[in-house]
Amino acid sequence: MLTKRIIPCLDIKNGRTVKGVNFVNLRDAGDPVELAKAYAQKGADELVFLDISATEERRKTLTKLVLDVAAQVNIPFTVGGGISSIEDVDILLKCGADKVSINSSAVKRPDLINELSGKFGNQCIVVAIDAKQVNDHWKVHLVGGKVPTELDLFEWAKEVEERGAGEILFTSMDNDGTKDGFANEALSKLSSELNIPIIASGGAGNMQHFVDTFKKGKADAALAASVFHFKEIEINDLKQELRNHDIPVRL
Amino acid sequence: MKIVIIDYGAGNIQSIKFAIQRLGFEAILSSDVEEIKSADKVIFPGVGEASSAMKMLVASGLNVLIPELKQPVLGICLGMQLMCNYCEEGDTQGLGIFNTDVVRFNHGVKVPQIGWNQISELNSALFEGIDENEYMYLVHSYYAPVCKETIAVSDYGLAYSNALEKDNFYGVQFHPEKSSIAGEKLLQNFLAL
Repeated sequence: MLTKRIIPCLDIKNGRTVKGVNFVNLRDAGDPVELAKAYAQKGADELVFLDISATEERRKTLTKLVLDVAAQVNIPFTVGGGISSIEDVDILLKCGADKVSINSSAVKRPDLINELSGKFGNQCIVVAIDAKQVNDHWKVHLVGGKVPTELDLFEWAKEVEERGAGEILFTSMDNDGTKDGFANEALSKLSSELNIPIIASGGAGNMQHFVDTFKKGKADAALAASVFHFKEIEINDLKQELRNHDIPVRL
Repeated sequence: MKIVIIDYGAGNIQSIKFAIQRLGFEAILSSDVEEIKSADKVIFPGVGEASSAMKMLVASGLNVLIPELKQPVLGICLGMQLMCNYCEEGDTQGLGIFNTDVVRFNHGVKVPQIGWNQISELNSALFEGIDENEYMYLVHSYYAPVCKETIAVSDYGLAYSNALEKDNFYGVQFHPEKSSIAGEKLLQNFLAL
């Protein structure tokens, strides 16, 4: 049976992990490769690296990071942040990334999704969507939720699927950082309206939130950062808890 | 041991090269017929779309070479699918090594299937030391139904072949290079054949 995936997300700036990361037994907790290896050993199903650097060196630094991760980590990983062209994707996949995630660049030029899935196959194209509720309507936002658009979440998600995305990473900006749980109502609607996998993101605070997002939100995977980085939740414990609730996991 | 990964422009071959490195071996990436012929082990990878991958094989004459190879050959993901008779994707004629067609998931499940699924009914030296119901990582929209050459079965709303074997040819739908310790064990078994 296909299992539900648990995905730690690492924010990367200039080749280093940002946000304090509280890992013992790591020589260097700022080293994304060390962290990735540790997560793989702890039972993470996949990893997401989100590059937030804004320097001219970024492509070179990110390419090197992807090569290092691919050389040392034996689970799949996705790379996102600032990807806007076929050339960007080509080099990341060639260096060993399994999937790439695009966000703003897809909103600005939706044809990019068709071009990427046509060239590389839809299995490696993740479209990330950040949204929050405005007057009871889920609206897509850009720049980490700062810039609203006119796009309706569900319409955009449908269009993204039709254009060839293999997967959607949905972050609720209303839930992100609250530790109050995922946006399960919206997730469940996405999951039933679409026929591609949905990754839930934003709001993880405790293990019950993951149970809920798989049961009520019908998510295929759940992504979180701080609860894992600060060891508030151990992946192994989380998976045991999910299994106790009859949710299929790799354990 | 000479290990060659067939490099015909399809997919993520770097990851396979790295996985073999982690096992303590070096693999050569090559599309050269003589180089491939002289290998002890051949890995036939593939990610992407079937008909364009097949075109690349034909363009380099590898479609003729691969079915004639005598050493152990391991097809991975699309590589496995192309080793079958026919792929529904892009209406593609396959290499005809495995006697089955490859068809699209079309029974109310999410497509592509992405993630870790269990393999069972394991029936090959390829799975030596790998437990029944072990988890492997998959990303695919098309599948080979269960057939005579099936050596591992998975369930995604229906039972399908997650691995095939015929003579010196092996094919796995999952990505051993991304399937943690179990995947490394499988690659190790293949290299030990």
